[in-house]
Amino acid sequence: MATRTAAGDGLLPSAAPLQLIDPDGRPGTNPGELALPEPRTLLELYRRMVLGRRFDQQATTLTKQGRLAVYPSSHGQDACQVGAVLALRDDDWLFPTYRDTVAIVTRGVDPVEALSLLRGDWHCGYDPYQHRIAPQCTPLGTSTLHAVGLAHAARLKHQDQAALVLLGDGATSEGDTHEALNFAAVWRAPAVFLVQNNGYAISVPLAKQTAAPTLAAKGIGYGIPSLLIDGNDAAAVYSAVRAGIDRGSGGLGPTLIEAITYRIEAHTNADDAARYRDDAEVQSWLARDPIARLETYLTAQGLLDGNAATRLAAEAERFAEGVRKRMNIDAGLDPAELFAHVYARPTAALEHQRAALLSELEDAGR
Amino acid sequence: MTEVLSPAGEAGQAGSAGPTAAPVTMAGALNAALADSLSADERVLVFGEDVAALGGVFRVTDGLAAKFGEARVFDTPLAESGIIGTAIGMAMNGLVPVVEMQFDAFAYPAFEQVTSHLAKLHNRTRGRVTLPIVVRIPFGGGIGGVEHHCDSSEAYYTHTPGLRVVTPGTPADAYRLLRQSIDCPDPVVFLEPKRRYWSKETAALTLDGPAIDRAVIRRPGTDVTLITYGGTVQTGLEAAEAATAEGWDVEVIDLRSLSPFDDATLAGSVRRTGRAVVVHEAPGFTGYGAEVVARLTEQCFHFLEAPILRITGFDVPYPPPHLEHLHLPDVDRILDSIARLQWDDNA
Repeated sequence: MATRTAAGDGLLPSAAPLQLIDPDGRPGTNPGELALPEPRTLLELYRRMVLGRRFDQQATTLTKQGRLAVYPSSHGQDACQVGAVLALRDDDWLFPTYRDTVAIVTRGVDPVEALSLLRGDWHCGYDPYQHRIAPQCTPLGTSTLHAVGLAHAARLKHQDQAALVLLGDGATSEGDTHEALNFAAVWRAPAVFLVQNNGYAISVPLAKQTAAPTLAAKGIGYGIPSLLIDGNDAAAVYSAVRAGIDRGSGGLGPTLIEAITYRIEAHTNADDAARYRDDAEVQSWLARDPIARLETYLTAQGLLDGNAATRLAAEAERFAEGVRKRMNIDAGLDPAELFAHVYARPTAALEHQRAALLSELEDAGR
Repeated sequence: MTEVLSPAGEAGQAGSAGPTAAPVTMAGALNAALADSLSADERVLVFGEDVAALGGVFRVTDGLAAKFGEARVFDTPLAESGIIGTAIGMAMNGLVPVVEMQFDAFAYPAFEQVTSHLAKLHNRTRGRVTLPIVVRIPFGGGIGGVEHHCDSSEAYYTHTPGLRVVTPGTPADAYRLLRQSIDCPDPVVFLEPKRRYWSKETAALTLDGPAIDRAVIRRPGTDVTLITYGGTVQTGLEAAEAATAEGWDVEVIDLRSLSPFDDATLAGSVRRTGRAVVVHEAPGFTGYGAEVVARLTEQCFHFLEAPILRITGFDVPYPPPHLEHLHLPDVDRILDSIARLQWDDNA
């Protein structure tokens, strides 16, 4: 159990976001305690961001073609999606939201299974235990508690396992997020909270969401050390999440990270962002693109050349083509499955309803 | 009907009551069930507000933290959504949480976690994630509790697919049903009738008996089926005894499982007796009894001698302590309803 101390020493985040690589691709001037990842990690961050961006574009296109019911793009948040996931160890768990499909695919889930929810085939198409990824959370903040419970269970079982939960600026206003931060701190649970502050909760800007100086500053109220970082710097995201995992693994409890980033696309294809933000704002963030930043840095460091970039672009095209082809094949849903997973074994009443539906379909010749 | 709060400790101490018949309260039987489950399965955890040092406000968890340690029986911060939400994460990681909501109306902050996550996660993941969680909720009135301490919230939970909802009517069944709930792979909302916590029964605490999803006939009868659950089981049995003076042989059914509903046992009884009355403390409008009446009417219409009646609380917020006796179904109200079951038409 945590003990209270009078002073909040070491709990407050920096006033300015920590940064390992600046928006122009030069070494950052405010690295704080963050350690620059190894060159091969930086190259992998770059590669995964390129693949993730292409996947994201493909999913958006499939939505316009009617192959997906809806798709919340993470374009612009690529560094958070990829940096956070690559920082996880194999046994750690990821708790994603609806906007984190790129993170799920980066963790290794089959893209078609990852898109099951948004395609409308089933609420979660992948096996959570295969890659240790919880189902995508569509209510806000609720999965923060699941992550804390899972992390606490790992501690009770003496397993070296942490939980990373992704949330947005809007979710920090939810009661469950407050409870999760508090439970995690009291229990010293190995949980990392990564707030992707993309400036808007659908249409509501951050200024209407909180009066706190930063979202990271909220950590001190729970006794949780917090980091404020540049969320478009993949190296900083990777390093901050890894530091949080290491703290949890060492029995030091949870970490709160606020990553400043931006949602380039509208909330979803059903949203009209022109109603609440200016194009000039979007353009200014396009100029702070996380992929271009790392590409410039790697090129200047002699770690990446034009040939490698061309090969990677071709890999991304093949990846997108595979997703496109497979997503254009209907999943072939079984109506009887509606009744299969409500309980461990269907009740007599559900068996009856299943038989009635199948009989109805048979009569209709479907 | 109001019973007096008994001194702490009368609920019984942690540990198995053993196989021999002995006097036991419902709180004591629940305590024994928790102790035996903690002993039988190291994955089982008990947590909630005031459950460790205090032993719970109703002393149901009395002595468990001392016996099993604070890693397995522990107090949480005061936040019900947090309790259910973290229990879900623990179950995802292989543990079997048994959590306590302190009072029925205090469980409402956890409503989203219960209905959107606890109930749905197995289905969302196509059966890959199972959540063998038991949510214990003291429910109902009759203890002179002030506002927000006496709700009957069963219909909120029974209306949620994916949850099992059970409630014991006797001490021995409280033991059996709680152990069955902890062993069940599905999430279970376990409603404990507060005013029966101190009811005593001389019985052996054993797992032998009806399965988790079966109703039981507490008193066989031939003239009318009285359908009860939780706190109204004992009231129903008292009414059945009183009814003999009127010449009615009343069959009393204890539902035990509110969801799923044991259609076979209920329809079998009503087809034999041809008359039925449902009793619950919750308000009648869209209450649990409405579903019972609808199902039994659909299944037994041609066997019925009279419409199936409901005896319920009024459609009012739960009354203050000095007025609750007017709200709760009692023996007289049950007898009055039985008298309205068109006996003359059957002559």
